[in-house]
Amino acid sequence: MTGLRFILYQLRKNPLSIIGIAILLTFIIIAIFAPIIAPPPEGHIDPYMIPRDGYSPVPKPPSEEHIFGTTQGQYDIFYGVIWGTRSAFRVGLIVIGVVLVVGIVLGSIAGYFGGIIDEIIMRVTDIFMAFPALILAMAITVALGPSLNSVIIALIVVSWPSYARLIRGDILAVREENYVEAARGIGGSHFRIITRHILPNSIYPTLIMASLDIGAVVLSAAALSFLGLGAPEGYVDWGQMISFSRNWIVGPPGNPLAYWYTVTIPGLFILLFVLGWNLLGDAFRDILDPRLSRK
Amino acid sequence: MELRAYIVRRLLLIIPVLFGVTLLIFALLQLFSPVERVALYVTNPRQFASVADMIAKYGLDQPVWVQYGHWINQIFHGNLGWSTVVSQPVTSAMLNFLPATLELAIFATPLIIFGGIFLGSKAAAHKDKAIDHATRLGAIVGWSLPTFWLGLMLLMVFYGLFTGLLPPERLSTEMNILVHSESFTQYTGLHFLDAILNGNGRVLLDSLRHLVLPVMTLTIVSMAFIMRLMRSSMLEALGKGYILTARAKGLDENTVVSKHARRNALIPVLTVSGYIFAGLVNGVVITETIFNYKGLGWWTWQSAVNLDISGILAFALFNGVLFVFTNLVVDLLYARIDPRVRLGGKVT
Repeated sequence: MTGLRFILYQLRKNPLSIIGIAILLTFIIIAIFAPIIAPPPEGHIDPYMIPRDGYSPVPKPPSEEHIFGTTQGQYDIFYGVIWGTRSAFRVGLIVIGVVLVVGIVLGSIAGYFGGIIDEIIMRVTDIFMAFPALILAMAITVALGPSLNSVIIALIVVSWPSYARLIRGDILAVREENYVEAARGIGGSHFRIITRHILPNSIYPTLIMASLDIGAVVLSAAALSFLGLGAPEGYVDWGQMISFSRNWIVGPPGNPLAYWYTVTIPGLFILLFVLGWNLLGDAFRDILDPRLSRK
Repeated sequence: MELRAYIVRRLLLIIPVLFGVTLLIFALLQLFSPVERVALYVTNPRQFASVADMIAKYGLDQPVWVQYGHWINQIFHGNLGWSTVVSQPVTSAMLNFLPATLELAIFATPLIIFGGIFLGSKAAAHKDKAIDHATRLGAIVGWSLPTFWLGLMLLMVFYGLFTGLLPPERLSTEMNILVHSESFTQYTGLHFLDAILNGNGRVLLDSLRHLVLPVMTLTIVSMAFIMRLMRSSMLEALGKGYILTARAKGLDENTVVSKHARRNALIPVLTVSGYIFAGLVNGVVITETIFNYKGLGWWTWQSAVNLDISGILAFALFNGVLFVFTNLVVDLLYARIDPRVRLGGKVT
């Protein structure tokens, strides 16, 4: 049995997963203490909009006042990346949360009842999965009108099918187990059998892996924002900050790296955030995969 | 016999999926007003002057099933509407932009597949050695890299730091004029191939120079995926009984790894090659956007930011259909290679 203690032991043994946990803890702290780390200036109304220091189109390098510099339009990079952590968690948690609920409901129905219901649900997932995810997400965001909420909806729409399928598979694997038969024998209702007997015994590995997909969700959201389909201009959003840097990749002649900070810093935040989740995910994959662990 | 039955079954299965794919795109369309949707039926910009006539003609004020009929009929006649961003019909825009994207794919795909397989099996064969750690770390960082950021960083170094070494776009201005001049015949639209066919070394060099960075960007992110999969499937294969047998009968390690383990480990990689296609399409949109490389992906991005629905929906539909057929080919190949698939009879 893969007990909690075994998981913790395995995690401690793997230095990469320790790094992953450390990175994620740092981001959680940043997100919680954002108002203290980067306090909004006096009289700034919406903390989720990056404060501007003037309107000059040319980015300014790191200084006392703006320790990571400013982007074009004088948005403060430090403020943006710190508060952007909150946006990242928000998008990731909402998308994965909703997708898991949808996945569990539809996956259980399909896996438990089988037959025509299963066939219909699976064919619907086929249709959604017939598109390259980013393309479908782009089409949906355009159809809903570009905004952060549209991005969240689009990511939910494109990612629920794979979770529904995974959970259906988990349920199929235990549907015929003796304890399920027994529960059926003593007259348990379908709802009770699914929620009390089948789900607790089958879906934890999938749940863990799915929750670690938050990194991938944030990466897709950042890509959509970068393409200009996400949050409104000036919103605390990493992907958008990188799109601000697009015109400032190459500096003036003689100083080609003059504006390095506009692209490098927000990018590093995205990379580290996604890396943290993926490192942890990788460690869990090894632990939860019975073919690889405990030889 | 079984293989044929499987093929028939699999072919029949794509009909409802294709129907569903068109239905989903059509559903997205319903979020727009009839006036906006007219763009999907227009073949000539002058028709925009008579929107009311177009709405009546294509039944945009009729019940949805009537509209769906008109819409699908148009698509079967090759009319996908008018792309405002490039001022031409969607069908011809797609045909014009396709070669540029193909050019990227021709270079990136083999690199992704063979590079990923090679590195993944190297890592597995030397599990827990330096090379394994290096490729693992490389894979996980590559997998976490935002494609758009990687591309911009590469541009900063190879275009900025090494002044103009590897520039963005598809060709330099001078070469672009040359390519579109009388003296240069465009046989395929693929610049590097046309340059070879025309025997023009300068155009060839220039087009290759412009391809390096986008191909690199596409490759790094997608390769990480295959590398990881190949590593774990190779590790599994190496633990099998037949490997023990092969070693016991005295085969050298190289033969064991490349002949016995790798071939079996390739099967899971084959099953996900459909996803590699999807990854490539997703990556192409971002890569072409960053490098201002005017292909299908760039056009899709332009359509998206200008809210040009006919462009983006046509591209989504095109990819959905293409993806369905890619998966069909993959499944058939899979059934051919692994008899368990068709003998098991059940495809879930």
